[in-house]
Amino acid sequence: MINDRGGYDTGFKKNKIINRRMFIFSAAKAVIFFGIIGRLFSLQISENKKYLTLSDKNRLRETRLPPIRGEFLDYFGNTIAGNLKVYQLHIIPEQVEDFRYLMVRLKNILNFDNEKLASLIKKKNKQKPWETLIVSENLSWDEFSKINFYLHELTGAKPVITVGRNYPYGDNYTHILGYVSQVSTDDLINSNVIKARNVPGLRVGKSGLEKSFEEDLIGTNSIQRFEVNAYGKKINQINYEEGKKGKIIKLTIDTEIQKFTSELLKNKAGSISVMDIYTGEIIAMNSSPSFDPNLFLYGIDKNIWKEIKNNPSKPLINKTISGLYSPGSTIKPLVALSALENDVIKPNMKVKCEGKVEMYGQTYHCWKEKGHGYMSLKNAIKQSCDIYFYEVARLLGIDKLNLTAEKFGLGKKVLGENFPNEKQGIFPSTKWKKKAIGQNWYLGETFITGIGQGYIQTNPLQLCLMTAQLANGGYKIYPRIALKKNQDTVEQIKNKIQRMKKTSKEKDNSILKVTENFFGTKVKEYTPLYKNPENIKFVLDAMFKSTNELYGTSYKSRIEDPKYQFAGKTGTSQVKRITEAERKLDLEIDQIPYKDRDHAWYIAFGPYRNPRYAVSVLVEHGGSGSKVAAPIAKKLFKLIIDRHELREQITPKNKMNI
Amino acid sequence: MFFQSQLSNQLTFFQKIKSIDYILLLCVLVIGVISGFTMYISDGGELLYHTKSHLIRFSVFFLMMFFLSFINIKTWYKTGYLFYIIVLMLLVWASLYGITVSGSQRWINLYFINFQPSELMKIAIIVCFAKYYNRMQLTNVNKFNNLLIPLAILVLPIVLVISQPDLGTSILIALSGIIVLWLAGVNLKYFFYSSLILLISAPFAISFLKPYQKLRILTFFDPDKDPLGAGYQIIQSKIAVGSGGLFGKGFLKGTQGYLEFLPEKHTDFIFTLYSEEFGFIGSILLLFVYAVLIFRILKIGSLSRSFFGKFFCYGFGSAIFIYIIVNMSMVLGLLPIVGSPLPIMSYGGSSMLATMIGLGIVMSTKIYERQLIA
Repeated sequence: MINDRGGYDTGFKKNKIINRRMFIFSAAKAVIFFGIIGRLFSLQISENKKYLTLSDKNRLRETRLPPIRGEFLDYFGNTIAGNLKVYQLHIIPEQVEDFRYLMVRLKNILNFDNEKLASLIKKKNKQKPWETLIVSENLSWDEFSKINFYLHELTGAKPVITVGRNYPYGDNYTHILGYVSQVSTDDLINSNVIKARNVPGLRVGKSGLEKSFEEDLIGTNSIQRFEVNAYGKKINQINYEEGKKGKIIKLTIDTEIQKFTSELLKNKAGSISVMDIYTGEIIAMNSSPSFDPNLFLYGIDKNIWKEIKNNPSKPLINKTISGLYSPGSTIKPLVALSALENDVIKPNMKVKCEGKVEMYGQTYHCWKEKGHGYMSLKNAIKQSCDIYFYEVARLLGIDKLNLTAEKFGLGKKVLGENFPNEKQGIFPSTKWKKKAIGQNWYLGETFITGIGQGYIQTNPLQLCLMTAQLANGGYKIYPRIALKKNQDTVEQIKNKIQRMKKTSKEKDNSILKVTENFFGTKVKEYTPLYKNPENIKFVLDAMFKSTNELYGTSYKSRIEDPKYQFAGKTGTSQVKRITEAERKLDLEIDQIPYKDRDHAWYIAFGPYRNPRYAVSVLVEHGGSGSKVAAPIAKKLFKLIIDRHELREQITPKNKMNI
Repeated sequence: MFFQSQLSNQLTFFQKIKSIDYILLLCVLVIGVISGFTMYISDGGELLYHTKSHLIRFSVFFLMMFFLSFINIKTWYKTGYLFYIIVLMLLVWASLYGITVSGSQRWINLYFINFQPSELMKIAIIVCFAKYYNRMQLTNVNKFNNLLIPLAILVLPIVLVISQPDLGTSILIALSGIIVLWLAGVNLKYFFYSSLILLISAPFAISFLKPYQKLRILTFFDPDKDPLGAGYQIIQSKIAVGSGGLFGKGFLKGTQGYLEFLPEKHTDFIFTLYSEEFGFIGSILLLFVYAVLIFRILKIGSLSRSFFGKFFCYGFGSAIFIYIIVNMSMVLGLLPIVGSPLPIMSYGGSSMLATMIGLGIVMSTKIYERQLIA
């Protein structure tokens, strides 16, 4: 550039062309710039009046209202979770002239404490001035009319009649339905549907079916569009977009039976389930103690909440699906079935029970100290002889038993997605122990598994399903609590089972297994869970004898009328290991501390001639199954059978319409 | 001359401070203050998140600009291509692993901050072209090769940004590049031909647009067709500005702003809030400050000894002008709605960062105005 004269020249020229082009461009800029100013002038000066009126007039405000939640109905169409009129007080802060004054007035009328006042002011500062502030969510009629009386002095306050959740049967349905309450941050994070519908006053499911059916139940918001003036006052409603109400969900539960189960479990901790052995419909499912879900709707009182939370009987836990217990002797029919199926014993095998037996250096006891004497398999089930079942378990081995148990649904969730809090329990095997505990399996553990103690953990609903699948002749069924369209009726299921019987006679069982695996569980096949139907019959007969023949463990709870006659199996499961010293003491139940008392079990099906329903009863720390649990089942069966006709009158068509 | 350039390399700190363009600095500060007040309006008259973070960004980036201005213009020249390539890489990164916000994948996550490389590209393209044409002799500018390479440099980022999709920013990048090409002396006929091709291919191009972009163009021509839908923004924006009148409704007395009529009221539509409350007078004042700012940038360019500095200042000054005009026209209903922020005023860290880097380079051009780059 310096040395090269020509370069300097072109450099000079280049400079010139840049500046010239920049000048042209700048001139264009100036023109455009004045164009923009002109536009500003025309909008702000010439047409100012037009836009000013537009700005005063054309103001839209949208108010989204909480959607109306779908109801829950029982099998007979009674509302078990519905919507009720509630009285509320809303404030839209921008319409209030003097917020503090209004607050003080309201404080006097409604008797707030200062804490509530502070939380309201905090809430108000967080939201936009035109968003609704809910001052009180559930006013009594008195308070509501008082507000209306003073309304002319309370500018900005809005008494509102809206709908809120209501559970007419109180604590009867708590563990099935769960409850609804205010939206929490977690709810907003976990569900986009809730996030999209969220408005002040929205209630969402917190547990149970209210939570798992949330997206069906919630519905859509209604939207009010208002024109407002410069001060935010609503001039008129432009349109009202009606939201859709949430879906109605119909359950398989019979409220009368459900209510009766509550009564039976009154002042006890425990669970009752009732299931249709063909359709898998759950007719009652109760866990005691319970609590009133209506308490949660508008924020629960701290003291009541503490009381519920600290209750040693754990009302917050749904024992039917989330409570895990040793099944005790109720497992014996299944152990017997497994042994027969695997051909390890003959039903006439004899074992002498002397009250205890020594095996591999360890003493194992029977519940009957004096011993049962010589026992056959049927008698061993009937009288619940532990010694016999130690021997059966020894011959059978844990892994074969595990296969049978899993077929019948132990160690697996029963209702699956409906209840996220359902626990699947454990049915142990050598493999399971290696994986979970990292130890080898000991033979002694097989013995105690044979009488339903040790690692084995089941929830009451699993035992109910097990009983149902035995009672229907050994066929797989699909438990459900909500009714859906196009479900097989009892007749269809029975026909399918009949067909299955024929084919299973003709074809080898392994082919059936293959098809079962191939279709997975998606195709509802009522596959046989047995190899030989005679074995199932044998077990059912043994259960009949246990209830209806002398010396049967639940003989005292029998019903002789064939209409109500049922068959069952008792169970008494130990909570802790009984030491030799305690065994000698032989304490009465009242003398044992509550926490150490046995759980009382009873599983049953009926009517015996033509079975239709399966029942499982658990009383936590209730003591003996035959003394505590079986009498409950007896009372329950009467009602169940009495309501059978009514239930049958609900035709599939009726079900589908809803 | 040699002596002088030696001298300017050894400017003392005091000399550097003395040669800062204080008018330019003042303009930036005034716009910063105005933007702070406007952000306060957009937050509904409270010192909330947007206001705070906007003011923090402004302060941080303003200081950064100050530091950048002490870097010798030669350093910018040397690293010109590198700068472009890094930003291009970031754009590729954004298109591969970027964060998608409201349907457009334009953000990248740098752990401590998310930012949009497309905003930086607006500056990088000018730096790159300024370097490219710095030494080139006028006679070589219109040779085939020298036309093809800039075209590639220009098209590459545009394609990346359009695919995000972000029509507004890609148009602004294109315009920024084209200005420098024009200044560099590219033959007029090429501009003529390419605009002719653009015009002919426009109908085809429109068919490739996303439905929402088509809708925006259609509603621009007839906003009243769908006053509650796509035309809502334009109508409400015009009402806000128009109702401001001569003196405005007064600070915090605007009403349109509360209507939530625009999802982007604190970014692209920030001017409507300002204009509603400060009126015609306020708007003219803001435009005047912007005009002075641009004028100072161009003036610095005209005094620069190096072609690099000249190209950059002319290019950047014109680019700022275009950003302002595109934004204003959009807000005042003169152009369809495409996303384009108002420099410094709009909420948005990436845009602010890019503007401040640009201003830093301009200041550095001023301080080292005697620096030769050969």
